[in-house]
Amino acid sequence: MLYFASWKRALVVLTCLAGVLFAAPNLFDEQGRASIPSWLPTNAINLGLDLQGGAHLLVTVEVEDVYSERIEQMGGDMRSALRRASVLEFSPPAVDESGVSIRITDPAQVSAALSAVEDLSGSVVDVLVGASTDEFEIIAEGQVLTASLTEAARADILTRTMSQSLEIIRRRIDETGTREPTIQRQGERRILIQVPGAESSKEVLDLIGRTAKLTFHEVVSAVTDPRTRPGAGEMILHSADEGEQGVFYVLERRPTVSGERLVDARLGFDQNGLPAVDFRFDAAGGAAFGKYTQENVGNRFAIVLDGEVISAPRIITAILGGAGQITGSFNTESATTLAILLRSGALPAEIKVLEERTVGPVLGADSIAAGKAAAVVAGVAVLVFMVLSYGWFGLLADIALTFNVAMIFGLLSAIGATLTLPGVAGIVLTIGMAVDANVLIFERIREELKRVKKPAQAIETGYDRAFSAIIDANVTTFIVAVILFAMGAGPVRGFSVTLGVGILTSVFTAVLVTRFFIVLWMQAKRPKQIAI
Amino acid sequence: MRLRLVPESTKIAFLKQRRISVGFSALAILASFALLFLQGLNFGIDFRGGSSLSVRVPAGVEIGEIRQVAGGLDLGEVIVQEFGAPTDFMIRIAAQPGDGDNQVKAAQTVAAAVQGAFEGVVLLSTDVVGPAVSGELITASAIAVVLALFAVLVYIWLRFEWQFSVGAIVALAHDVILTLGVFSLTQIEFNLASIAAILTIVGYSLNDTVVVFDRVRENLRKYKKLLLEDLLDLSLNETLSRTLMTSMTTLIALIALYVLGGENIRGFTFAMIWGVVVGTYSSVFIASPALLHFGVKRDWSKQSGDPSKGSGGVQFGSPDAP
Repeated sequence: MLYFASWKRALVVLTCLAGVLFAAPNLFDEQGRASIPSWLPTNAINLGLDLQGGAHLLVTVEVEDVYSERIEQMGGDMRSALRRASVLEFSPPAVDESGVSIRITDPAQVSAALSAVEDLSGSVVDVLVGASTDEFEIIAEGQVLTASLTEAARADILTRTMSQSLEIIRRRIDETGTREPTIQRQGERRILIQVPGAESSKEVLDLIGRTAKLTFHEVVSAVTDPRTRPGAGEMILHSADEGEQGVFYVLERRPTVSGERLVDARLGFDQNGLPAVDFRFDAAGGAAFGKYTQENVGNRFAIVLDGEVISAPRIITAILGGAGQITGSFNTESATTLAILLRSGALPAEIKVLEERTVGPVLGADSIAAGKAAAVVAGVAVLVFMVLSYGWFGLLADIALTFNVAMIFGLLSAIGATLTLPGVAGIVLTIGMAVDANVLIFERIREELKRVKKPAQAIETGYDRAFSAIIDANVTTFIVAVILFAMGAGPVRGFSVTLGVGILTSVFTAVLVTRFFIVLWMQAKRPKQIAI
Repeated sequence: MRLRLVPESTKIAFLKQRRISVGFSALAILASFALLFLQGLNFGIDFRGGSSLSVRVPAGVEIGEIRQVAGGLDLGEVIVQEFGAPTDFMIRIAAQPGDGDNQVKAAQTVAAAVQGAFEGVVLLSTDVVGPAVSGELITASAIAVVLALFAVLVYIWLRFEWQFSVGAIVALAHDVILTLGVFSLTQIEFNLASIAAILTIVGYSLNDTVVVFDRVRENLRKYKKLLLEDLLDLSLNETLSRTLMTSMTTLIALIALYVLGGENIRGFTFAMIWGVVVGTYSSVFIASPALLHFGVKRDWSKQSGDPSKGSGGVQFGSPDAP
């Protein structure tokens, strides 16, 4: 008689039960899931952005800019240090991507110059060595002093820039109250941002695409000729105010106060009732701003955001108390966005978009409906086909297939996988292929029945003989799924996960679950002969 | 009464017709190469960079009007095509010079123009792929396909013999080339999902081939004196019913997906349907003739014995396998 070890019986029953339990939360909506007792699984499958709608952005952080900023700063520091050490004749600092070099005119002064700048290099912890090393390597070659940014310093800047960028992007997106955004570092200098429910990527890009570096500068003059040459320590920027097209401002390069001193920014309204941004400085910023405005009543100052003058108001009275208002060409939306940006702080470096994919909620809903319809039709069609082909045994295989689908959903929910539209395709394909193992077995049993008349024996040999084909056939497909997962991006990955999970569960159901059912049936009925 | 796709026992001389089938496949492969060479693939933005939008417009808006609006923005080549429904359109914008930010701007410009020109336009989706990413995707995809073929080659070599492995790879290469040929012929967009489709076809076709080979291996042990050609025919006939049954159930599922699954995965499912047909064909008409051509070791008696014994029937290649 057919033998089926009791531990296998237990395994089959427990696995099927677990599959159903873990899959069950997917039948409920969010509220329903909340009422599931906590000792039962409550996780449902996450829907991918292509199904629930949302924006997916892959951006790169321009870390190079931070390197060159640091190198340029070093050039300035070296110049001041040389002056302090009374080395007065030298070429202007030549900056390139590796570092900065200065040529000392008088060869006799080179050693004095070197000792003057040597201490300028800060130190960073080299994570590879675990010890502190120099930020700049400063050497003198002939008459040329060179300070090059070390690898350790670059690594340090990279780490800090990336974690700051992640933090600030997170703050900005959290400010909008979006639920469960994904913000992840990917590779060396990339960040993946996924915002479910965002209706267009523009919303997200408006938030993260801007550095939002805010500074307040003294206005030297307002001009209309962009070729006006600013004096030493000055710069020329264009006005972003819609009412001031073609206006350029010559400003003091050095800001009076910078946006880092802001502690709060909110949407407000100016005296004409137009949208504006109210802001508040911290104590130090408030004091500096108060002092500056007190001394410059009647003059203009410029509010500069990312290299554009957003407004250049005249100081009517001293602004004490550290609060102020930015007016300009705002509407409620842009003022709100700017307030968010200012509150969350400036990004340490510019961000560039590498890839952007957005699915609107309409298409997401369409896709869910289409996926459901396809899955149901495919499932029913395969079930019917199996019964037509194998009769009673087909029905047993169908019950196992139903458990199989439950297990796929259960496993996907348990591992917290994300279901995408290609993922749905993977499941549907698995439904089609899952029966393959059963087909192999049933066809084999048919063959065996021609040779031996005892049903039990035919079933036994059928299962045994089909086993190696099942394993080989599924291992090869599984290899493909693993490679897809490892190499694939987004949509492909979603497909590979469901395909791989589907292979695991379908081999299990075909080899153990259907067999269990058949054994139960055989033991209950003890048929003299079977038709398959 | 049972549904039977093939009679209970068949004795079709598959390998007698191998000149015809191999010749036919050779022609099809040549045609595929010619198509790929002359017409190429219709690469989607995943591989070419650029952006695409899909929009739902109010009924009555003509494709020509959308073309006029989207085309008049000085953004290079802009293609508008219907996308699954008469009110849904896909607008593809050629890659703009410069980095990803410029692609995003182009997509936003087109979206704003279309939304401005017609009342009630719904933006269904946008996809923007910058040049840096599209290059990486091409490399990663090529590596994935090659790696999958190689891994499979090694696995079959371990489980069978090298001749089986080569036979399977010949069949797989056949399927991949013909699938690429169909992509070129139909000019269906070739994107990341297409790569997934090709890899799944590889998996599926292999599945079929391996089942036949498994039976060949078994019969090689059973019938030591049978002519290889007859033995292959016998194995093919014995597995024929299963081959067709599985292809049938898989096709049923795929056709449901193709018809109901929505426009977004239609290209993908089309490729899969084609792949199942080609994969089934190749495991019967290509893989086995290849095996016959390369010949196999007949003496399996030195092996560790019957596959149903031992570690659950899983048996790995003999150490003296070449």
